[in-house]
Parts: sequence; structure tokens; C-alpha cells
Amino acid sequence: MKSITKQKPFDEIKEQLADFDRVFIVGCGTCTTMLKTGGVDQVAEMREKLQELGKRVSGEVVIPTACDEMTEAVMKENSPAIENAACVLVMTCALGVHRLSLYLDRPVIPALDTLFIAMEDTPGYFHEVCAQCGQCVLGETAAICPITACHKGLVNGPCGGTNNGKCEVDKEKDCAWTLIYQRLKEQGRLDLMRRYFPPRNYQVVPRPRTLKIP
Amino acid sequence: MVFRDVLNSGKFVVTSEVAPPKGTNLDNLRHHIDLLKDKVDAINVTDHQSSVMRFPSIGGCLAIKEQGGEPILQMTCRDRNRLALQAELLLAYSRGIRNVLCLTGDAVPVGDHKEAKGVFDLDSVQLLKTIRLLETGKDLGGNDLDGAVEFCAGAIVTPEANPIEPQLIKFEKKVEAGAEFFQTQGIYDLDNFGRFMEYARQFPVKVLAGIILLSSARMAKFMTENVPGIFVPQNLIDELAAAPKGEALSRGIEIAGRMIATLKKDAICDGVHIMAIGREEVVPDILAAAGM
Repeated sequence: MKSITKQKPFDEIKEQLADFDRVFIVGCGTCTTMLKTGGVDQVAEMREKLQELGKRVSGEVVIPTACDEMTEAVMKENSPAIENAACVLVMTCALGVHRLSLYLDRPVIPALDTLFIAMEDTPGYFHEVCAQCGQCVLGETAAICPITACHKGLVNGPCGGTNNGKCEVDKEKDCAWTLIYQRLKEQGRLDLMRRYFPPRNYQVVPRPRTLKIP
Repeated sequence: MVFRDVLNSGKFVVTSEVAPPKGTNLDNLRHHIDLLKDKVDAINVTDHQSSVMRFPSIGGCLAIKEQGGEPILQMTCRDRNRLALQAELLLAYSRGIRNVLCLTGDAVPVGDHKEAKGVFDLDSVQLLKTIRLLETGKDLGGNDLDGAVEFCAGAIVTPEANPIEPQLIKFEKKVEAGAEFFQTQGIYDLDNFGRFMEYARQFPVKVLAGIILLSSARMAKFMTENVPGIFVPQNLIDELAAAPKGEALSRGIEIAGRMIATLKKDAICDGVHIMAIGREEVVPDILAAAGM
């Protein structure tokens, strides 16, 4: 599983940093390194861009996995440089931003947008496979998720917008229900596609979602 | 006669549709309703067609009622969750609207509010089931209604879809969910449509063939290339292209009339649904060309 991120437009980052002259930058050695959005190189590039803007960069660190609890120790190690900064610019996914905010009294500013969680199908191609809906239907849909792979999240078969196996929103995108149909047919399980799915429960775990292991 | 009775009367049924305006000027809509209400058995009102924000479908249906016509309320699942859909069905029934066409709805990004949230809390099959449930005096929350509804419920099907089998599976789910009639996506290849009808005949539903007016060879080609489930055979495109300058539209009217006449004469289906897409004023000409 990878958290897929994209750098925010630089103008937006600039605007969010407008009130801060000294910045500490944090990257992540896991997902954003793989995505090339918050690894060592991107953190260095960001430092240069901020310096060109006239900001002082008091320090930078790429945490091995920003979302786990080891982050607290890394923040402690870097506390002199962080205290020297007016804010922390975070080049991790939103999980890292959240984790950092637990340990810092400085404003935490995300430099990235977190898009979705995905698998890497082929090198550099990330594919959203789960929307974390809380009601897995993969057993009935030949392991292709209609909630995620169908633009409309339909559970009772394709809409009328499908054309030659493609989706109406993008001719490059496969119609999830054509894929499900083909795979169920190969498996001799088309009867599953004839089954009626009732309206879904959108409150399996009401938001904000939390879970405590007993 | 109410639409359900017309459907069951054995006569060749004709429906057409009007699109509400973007704004509050209803002059054109009312004009089209006046033009159509005595020529067709019922008039659909589109529901933010192509995901373009407009005056609502139910508003158009109320205008049809006021003008003495029989409306078919098109309801998509794109813009309303299950509370809003059920509430609108209650409103529709209370105001004398008796026919509903249940659709999934086009995707949000194809329309003019590209950043909006698509809802799709229910889908077309679930919406049909919801209508049948409301008729029993219960809502989706399991609660009793103080005053139920009763609708003639319909759905759509795309006989030219490729691959066709997933569409047919969904068609059958819609039948089981309670669809009484189907209006099809536009069809042009009558042999192919005839094969679809041989299959559809085994179900206790009425099928109205979708007739989309072709206004030029260019439009026909565009639809074939860009509209899912539409396939205009080359001979029809050639026929439109061969029309003298300025006469492509009348050729299109002729083609539509000819198709309707054949569907009726050979009793291929139960009726037609004529979509003139912005040229509603020629629907009477299409019917005249069909000898009706």
C-alpha cells in the first residue's frame, strides 16, 4: 500500500508560507520517496526554491516513515533547528502531517496533497484499488472493486455511459463493470452479477472513523 | 388515459421529451409542451441532462400537468441521496405526477459543474426498488409513510452497447426491481434492434425504441464516435450527406419517420420515444413522416 501524493502548486505553498521567514522542511523515506514528492532530492529542491524566495531554511530531515511513532524521536533530535524555524513545511502524506503535528508546537504546513492509497502495478504506475468503504464486495465482484474502479461507485452493474469497455469520463479508463463481467464470466460465476445489491451502508463506521483493538 | 393504461392498451405508444431551460424563463419549455402534449402519450422531462445544471425535472413535469399533458419524471441518482430522492417522489406523487423514469445519471465531469460531488447513493436498480417499497407505505429507513405513492416506473437500456451482455444483465435486474417500461438509447440499426427485441419479449415489460433525430451527417458521425451506445450505420450517414444543401434536417425527419413506421408496421416493439434534442418543434413532422 502506498499513499499517493502530489506537490501543491508552488504559489499555494508560497502563500501558506507568507507569514513565516524561517522554515524547517520534513520529507518521508517511504511513500513520498517512492512517489518522488518528498524524498531527499525533492526536499533539497524545495530548500533551494525557498531560499530563492528569501526564506531561511533552518534545517531539513527525511524521516524513514513519517506516519509511525518513531517520528517523535526524530523531531526531538532536530529540535534545535526546528525551534529556530517559524514553521515546519511537510513533504509527507497527510498521515505524516498529522503525526508531526502531535509533537510540534510550530505551525505545520503541508507541501503535498494526498490523493489516494494505491498499489504500484508497474514501475511508476499507481492504481487506486480500495476506497476503504468498510463493506468489502470483492468476493462477489471477481476481486475488482466497483466502489473504487467505477467512476460512480455502482454496485448493480454498468451504467449506460460505458462504451467498448471504457468509461464515459475518460476513454483511456477501463469500465470496471466490463472488467468484472469478463472475469466473472471466465470463472463461470456470472450469476453473481445478476444478484441484487441493496443500497450501501455509508455509516459502517460513522465519521470521524476510529477503531480500538480490544 | 393515464400512461400505464396506454402502455397496456396494445396501441403503439409514442413518448417524447423536453429539456428544461437554464434559468427561469419557461416560455420555450411551455411552447414545446403545448406542441407535444396532444401529439404524444407522455412527455419526459430530462434531469440536468449531461450533468448540466438546469431548471429541475420536477418543475418541468409540473408545467406539463398545468398545461394538461402527461409527464414522465426523469430521475437520476447523481445529485440526490436517498432522503432527497424519496422526498421528491413524495412531492411528485402529491402533485399528480404518476410516471417516473429511473436513471443512474451521467457522470459529473461531463457537465458544466465539473468540481461538484457526484452522489450516486442509490443506483437505477435501487431507485426502482425504492419506488416499489414506497408504494407499500414504507421508506428505506423502515418507517411507515402517512400516505404512500403509486407510480408507473420505467428505466432505460442500451441495445447497441458493446459488450451487450453486461447491459442485458442489468436490464433483467431492472425488470426484477419493478420496471414496467423501457425507453431505449437511440437505435438506428433495426436488424440489431429486432434481435434485442426477440430477447426482451420474454420479459413482461413494454419497450419504446429510442429515436434520436439526426440533423446532419456531421451530427450522426459525431454521435457514433462520441456518444456511448449510439451507432449510426454508414448508409444513413451517406443518405444525410447526399441531401441537398439546407435539407439535411428534413432528410433526418424522413429517416426518423421511416424508422418509426417500420417499427410500428412490423410490430417490432411497443412504441417509440422520440428525442429531438433542441428541435422539439419538428416532432409533429416526424410523426407525420411516420404516417401517424
